[in-house]
Amino acid sequence: MDNLTFIAEILLPALLTGLVVTIQLIVVSAPFGILAGIGVAVGRTYGGKIPSFLCKVFVMFVKGCPLLLLLFILYFTLPSIGITFTAFQASVIGFIMCNAAYNSEYIRGAIKSVKEGQIIAARSLGMTKYQSIFYIVLPQALRRAIPGLSNEFIYLIKYSSLAFMLTLVELTGAGKLIATKYFTYTETFIFVGAIYLVLVTITTIGAGMIEKKYAIPGAQGR
Amino acid sequence: MDFISILIDWAPYLLTGVFITLGLTAAGLGIGIIMGLPMAIGQVYSTGNWWLDKIIKSFIAVFVWFFRGLPILVLLFLFYFGIFPAIGMGSLAPFFVGAIVLGLRGAAYQSQIFRGAIQSINEGQMTAARSLGMTKLSAIKNIILPQSFRIALPGWSNEYPNILTDSAVCYAIGVAELLTRSSQIVSQTYEASIYFVCAGIFIILNYAGMKGLLALENRIAVPGFSGSGEDNQVFL
Repeated sequence: MDNLTFIAEILLPALLTGLVVTIQLIVVSAPFGILAGIGVAVGRTYGGKIPSFLCKVFVMFVKGCPLLLLLFILYFTLPSIGITFTAFQASVIGFIMCNAAYNSEYIRGAIKSVKEGQIIAARSLGMTKYQSIFYIVLPQALRRAIPGLSNEFIYLIKYSSLAFMLTLVELTGAGKLIATKYFTYTETFIFVGAIYLVLVTITTIGAGMIEKKYAIPGAQGR
Repeated sequence: MDFISILIDWAPYLLTGVFITLGLTAAGLGIGIIMGLPMAIGQVYSTGNWWLDKIIKSFIAVFVWFFRGLPILVLLFLFYFGIFPAIGMGSLAPFFVGAIVLGLRGAAYQSQIFRGAIQSINEGQMTAARSLGMTKLSAIKNIILPQSFRIALPGWSNEYPNILTDSAVCYAIGVAELLTRSSQIVSQTYEASIYFVCAGIFIILNYAGMKGLLALENRIAVPGFSGSGEDNQVFL
């Protein structure tokens, strides 16, 4: 079998099925990662003593320990106390936790960059604390956080490969299985890598467009 | 057998893993700085020869794009199963493959940190140094780098936790580091909470390292010069 038929008939179809799983992982994880990130950031900045402490501990734990270890804990340790996940569920939960922790740091920085006087002004106009957070602070802060969030989205794409360590056959996993079966490691992983590079490049361009679309003229900078 | 006695039995085994993890991290940071700094300089300054510049700059750009765009897992598989056996180094121990991959990847990330720092120094300083009779290399070494290194340090410190946590992915090619050893203990003793011990060790390593780097930042900070320690609020 020559190289071209191998690539066209075996490698690419297998990678395509893997790619579908990778995209599923990303599409399910990313929105919840951003929402949870907003929650953690708001909890840490405006929450009382206990919520902000809990959010801080969560961020410290997730940022301090490797994502792969987090996945192992979700998949192998939790069953011993009776919580069982499938590989897909465990990966998604792990990715959401990781994504949320890192996103929250960017959002928190962006929230801090909005001048405190704005909250005071909103409160003096009769808004409640939550109204002023959701209608005044967050719309500005989230715009400033877009570059950081898109960065984390790219990390999410790359780290979705770790789901293979929980035996979930996504893009990297599909490549590994084919490579082992046909002994074509270099070619296969170059193809796998190229697909990741395409995903990352598309995301970078898309993030730039989103950033431009939501930019408020004259409101850039601090 | 209960948790505590398992832990005591296996503690030396885990501790060896800590040193291997730290070895991988040190390789990632060390190779990263040794390769990343020249790469940053090569990206910012030109040699004067148009063709040579073109070759150097495009090589660095491709290198950075490749190592930053690929997942660490794919890089490890590619090098361990593909590239190293293909160039006749298939017998290289997984530890060295992991160290080299983490190092090359670290170089790609760190070159961008250093590049940003070098570019943040006012261009006029270079012109001034040249007009005082310094050679270009001497100006880079004595004027630009001492300043840009201080500016780069907070960003560079953040590479430490990244590389430390990424080193755990070397589990996939069988490096006997902390996570690999933990999972071996788990499969032998069926005590899955060992993973929490592993997490605790990683978190301690992380925060101890960050504290050390913060101390270093404050130590080499020049008063009144941006890039001093208080800039680093990224982690805690």
